[in-house]
Amino acid sequence: MSRDPLDWAPGSEHGTGPDPEDDPAPLAARAAREKPVGRRVVLGMLGVGALGIAFGENVQNGISRLLSPLGGSGLASLVPGNGGFVLYTITAGYPAPPPHYRLTVSGMVQRPLNLTVDDLKALPATYLTHDFQCVTGWKVDNVHWTGVRLTDLAEHAGAHPKATAFEFASFDGLYTESLTMDQARQSGAIVAYSMLGGPVSQEHGGPIRLYVPGMFGYKSIKWLSNINLVEDFVPGYWEQNGYPINAWISGHPPTKSA
Amino acid sequence: MATTALGGDARSAARETGAGWILRFDAVERVVHWTNAVLFAVLVFTGAALYFSPLIALIGRRSLVEEIHLYIGLFLPVPLLLALSGRWGRALRRDLRRFNRWSETDRRWLRSAFRGQSERDYVRRRLSLGKFNAGQKINAAFTVGAALVMLGTGSLLRWYRPFPLSWRAGSTFVHNWLALFFVIVIAGHVLMALTHPAVLRSMLFGRISRRWADDHAPGWVDELVLEEADATEERSGPKPTVPAAPRGTDAETGGLA
Repeated sequence: MSRDPLDWAPGSEHGTGPDPEDDPAPLAARAAREKPVGRRVVLGMLGVGALGIAFGENVQNGISRLLSPLGGSGLASLVPGNGGFVLYTITAGYPAPPPHYRLTVSGMVQRPLNLTVDDLKALPATYLTHDFQCVTGWKVDNVHWTGVRLTDLAEHAGAHPKATAFEFASFDGLYTESLTMDQARQSGAIVAYSMLGGPVSQEHGGPIRLYVPGMFGYKSIKWLSNINLVEDFVPGYWEQNGYPINAWISGHPPTKSA
Repeated sequence: MATTALGGDARSAARETGAGWILRFDAVERVVHWTNAVLFAVLVFTGAALYFSPLIALIGRRSLVEEIHLYIGLFLPVPLLLALSGRWGRALRRDLRRFNRWSETDRRWLRSAFRGQSERDYVRRRLSLGKFNAGQKINAAFTVGAALVMLGTGSLLRWYRPFPLSWRAGSTFVHNWLALFFVIVIAGHVLMALTHPAVLRSMLFGRISRRWADDHAPGWVDELVLEEADATEERSGPKPTVPAAPRGTDAETGGLA
């Protein structure tokens, strides 16, 4: 290596050895050879991020299938897309049912209902096996559900012909949801007292919750305490907080409606 | 090498804060670092409380936690941008340039990182490693890139209406996996700080010992010496447009300062 003209320090021994390692390149020469690797790393990550947004759904579905044996409980719930439920609540913790819990059916009905869990179980049951799809991206495949069809319950209570929508309230004191009569019919929504092969647990919204097949999970209100039949649809909790009123996962009702 | 010790007049230069101490991070850099640390902690904690079922059970209040997570996330770039935007950000801008640019020494250091301590020592001393090593440079670039991707995917999760639904699922995928990886990287960063107390103290109080710098960042000491030489020259008279005879090439080093 030739003696560098920028060699500043008096008495420097730069440029005397043939081995470049014994002769650290002077600063200016080194600076000229520097490459903006940091910027490339950042731009590369932005590119990979954009690819992830476009194709991540497919990748995640593959990962979920691989991880499904873990069941998504405990530490496995740390792994994104583990195939398990993420148990949301909008209040502090998972609410316990009040003493003497009853599910009430009220509003535009001839016979308001005041049901215990056993009363509900005495009604004709519907069995479903269907995915649970959250609007935030996670999904649980093939969940077993048992309950009473919402439209059957409305009929049982003697719904007024002008009642075109359901209003649901939760005993967490905050969460509300709503379905039109048509949506209830098209989805085959059920008032569920059993899921995942057992009674609906407290964190899953027990003892009684709604399940709306084909719609995002926020429609399937947990800790259900009241079903009110009304004339007009009223947007629920998350719909008032920016979630779409149209909660069909596919964007529209199923074509082969019940 | 002559530059392994600051000699004579150079020792009195402003960069040294006392006998044997060098300013590693100025006040602006330290304030930005610790502000970011607090913001990241809030983001990690609220993110976990939105995502990890046992914590959801403990914290609940989903919409409140969501709001905190969202607005802290949107605010995250502000301290850094504010610090970069004025005269006060000179040291920070300079360090960002240092993080960005990789020399052959950095590439050699990175290769040596997988080959044991003695190889690393050889590279940093003999090849005159600069202020930051390649590991620190990767960490800095990753943090900037990851924060931008988290900001983008997070915004898409919140304002998803104009986009296809699959983008939302894709954003969830990227946001969740990157968050997991990010937490591991941050934990590594904290671990490195705790196992290198002198370096941690320099992020708390600004200065680091001259001995540490000679040992770990000799190339950085070289830079400081050159700058001081320039500063000394400026103090002693107008900079000659034509190089003066005995130290004729000094003017060209101005490009480094």
